[in-house]
Amino acid sequence: MIKAKSGDTLVKNRHQNLGLSDEVVLSMYESMLKARRVDERLWLLNRAGKIPFVVSCQGQEAAQVGAAFGLNREKDYVAPYYRDFGFVFAWGMTVKEMMLNNFAKAEDPSSAGRQMPGHFSYRKLRMLSHSSPVTTQNPHAVGIALAAKIKGDDLVSFVDFGEGSSNQGDFHEAANFAAVHKLPVIFMCENNQYAISVGLKHQLACAHVSDRAVGYGMFGKSFDGNDPLAAYAAVKEAADRAHRGEGPTLLEANCYRLMPHTSDDNDMTYRTKQEVDEAKKHDGVLTFAAYLRSVGVLTEEREKQMEDQVRKEIDEATDYAENAPFADPDSVLRYVYEEKN
Amino acid sequence: MPVLSYIEAVTQALDEEMSRDENVFVLGEDVGKRGGVFQATKGLYDKYGENRVIDTPLAESAIAGVGIGAAMYGMRPVAEMQFSDFMLPAANQIISEAAKTRYRSNNDWSVPMTIRAPFGGGVHGGLYHSQSMEAIFANVPGLKIVIPSTPYDVKGLLKASIRDNDPVIFFEHKRAYRLIKGEVPVDDYTIPLGKADVKRDGTDVTVITYGLMVHYAMQAADKLAVEGISTHILDLRTVYPLDKEAIIDAARKTGKVLLLTEDTKEGSVISEAAAIIAENCLFDLDAPIRRLAAPDAPAMPYAGPLEQAFMVKPEQVENEIRDLAEF
Repeated sequence: MIKAKSGDTLVKNRHQNLGLSDEVVLSMYESMLKARRVDERLWLLNRAGKIPFVVSCQGQEAAQVGAAFGLNREKDYVAPYYRDFGFVFAWGMTVKEMMLNNFAKAEDPSSAGRQMPGHFSYRKLRMLSHSSPVTTQNPHAVGIALAAKIKGDDLVSFVDFGEGSSNQGDFHEAANFAAVHKLPVIFMCENNQYAISVGLKHQLACAHVSDRAVGYGMFGKSFDGNDPLAAYAAVKEAADRAHRGEGPTLLEANCYRLMPHTSDDNDMTYRTKQEVDEAKKHDGVLTFAAYLRSVGVLTEEREKQMEDQVRKEIDEATDYAENAPFADPDSVLRYVYEEKN
Repeated sequence: MPVLSYIEAVTQALDEEMSRDENVFVLGEDVGKRGGVFQATKGLYDKYGENRVIDTPLAESAIAGVGIGAAMYGMRPVAEMQFSDFMLPAANQIISEAAKTRYRSNNDWSVPMTIRAPFGGGVHGGLYHSQSMEAIFANVPGLKIVIPSTPYDVKGLLKASIRDNDPVIFFEHKRAYRLIKGEVPVDDYTIPLGKADVKRDGTDVTVITYGLMVHYAMQAADKLAVEGISTHILDLRTVYPLDKEAIIDAARKTGKVLLLTEDTKEGSVISEAAAIIAENCLFDLDAPIRRLAAPDAPAMPYAGPLEQAFMVKPEQVENEIRDLAEF
């Protein structure tokens, strides 16, 4: 098994070596920044009593955004999970739609306020709907790939999940099915080191989630989840393999969950502030900005412009979502089954 | 009109739907080269190839879950669970995913999937090849549960299930597979889901049932007719959501109701039918509602005499109807 080296020394123009233009990496950074700033705003809104619940993406934006850029955003199908703010922004969801989702308003494209926040879904964007019992989306992603194979459609089906989720039966059943049928699926685990309070060593006995790939007869690889370029390269490589008919890939992005599990969690009951502070030094949003500055792509002016633009977008989206109507209570009976007129 | 066995009607419906719509495909354990352990998919692998008749790994949650994904892509998967007893590993995919996808996405996504599963006892199948699983899924809005009793109904209901745009569980009685034969038109027809069917018109006692028990009731009715007892038999056909109107009409028809299932009694589908009748027909009843079902023991044992003791027997059905007629 090939493992990506984590913590490589940054080299100049790493993105150019990957065939990425300056504008593309700036766009990556913008999606990461958007995810981070939206997440920060959601915590404020929660603590101000405006929204009941936050599930956070902080610490995982780099892996999410890099992965989305490694796919074909016009064609591929994706099954993101509830922390994938960065992924869904890079995939085409707007900040307004994200805020409508978090305020659970009628215009929320994911579920019109039926699901808890973060349960992203958007058929227009080929983004599957998922539930709260984790990892159920993995077999769905395999089903998309199977259907595409039957129809002769050349596409990749991508699914995201956490390392705790990688213990579920559906993880195993989906991985095995995809490998047996050599389907174009990318399984990407965002290993944020914690399943609520339970750390990695109490979740798996192998060193890496990607070690499990060999058991399915598929290619597996771990990479630095704080580096969007590493994520991009790994996902691009996996997508290329899928297009060549070489079957599925299991990727592991090594990240760190910087915030508690949700707004209802107190992470200081099971980890230390020192540990979190140490992880913050490797925060992908900060390190990628530093990289972009060091190669002269992110100028002071551009950075300020981006921050201002994101803040404006979030302000407007928050106002809009807060004032938008909830779905009509009578709608609770709608769409149990197909409605035929 | 050709006479087909119950299972031949399953195969014919699958064949016709696969031929009619290229989005229909079959997946499950042993459904390919083997044609299914009961031979329900016999000949389909040779006719449609391994891309549309897919032997899956032995993993029921994946069979359901991969089917859901394919359905979301626009296919019409027909997933086979080898025995309904083996469905429980897939219960989360069926209950949390298939049943709720349309609802939770506010009608953006849907899961037009059919899950076929042989169920029922009397085949020396022991605890885990004999169970009736319908009640487990009959409290899940978003699902439809169909249980046909005759080859004619099998073909029409299976075709309707495959064409339905929501997930349908299609339970086939495994003892009926070769035991029950009947006329099946060669032409393309569907039977609407959600509609019960009067299988016998009568005036003294109403029996409301489904699956193999329809035949037990029909046999009992024949015998009792000789005694001058006229039995009205309603075949539910879709056990979730129930055809409330048909249940109420059937109960009012005679005022004496026997509810019959081979499932264990408490919390069964017929218990819901009893509640519907109690809510709507109190002043139309001439006798207390009766339920005849399997005992509330975990499942049907393997040894012959124990299986016999567990399974509802034709003479019990006859006796219950007679008792009600004489009430």
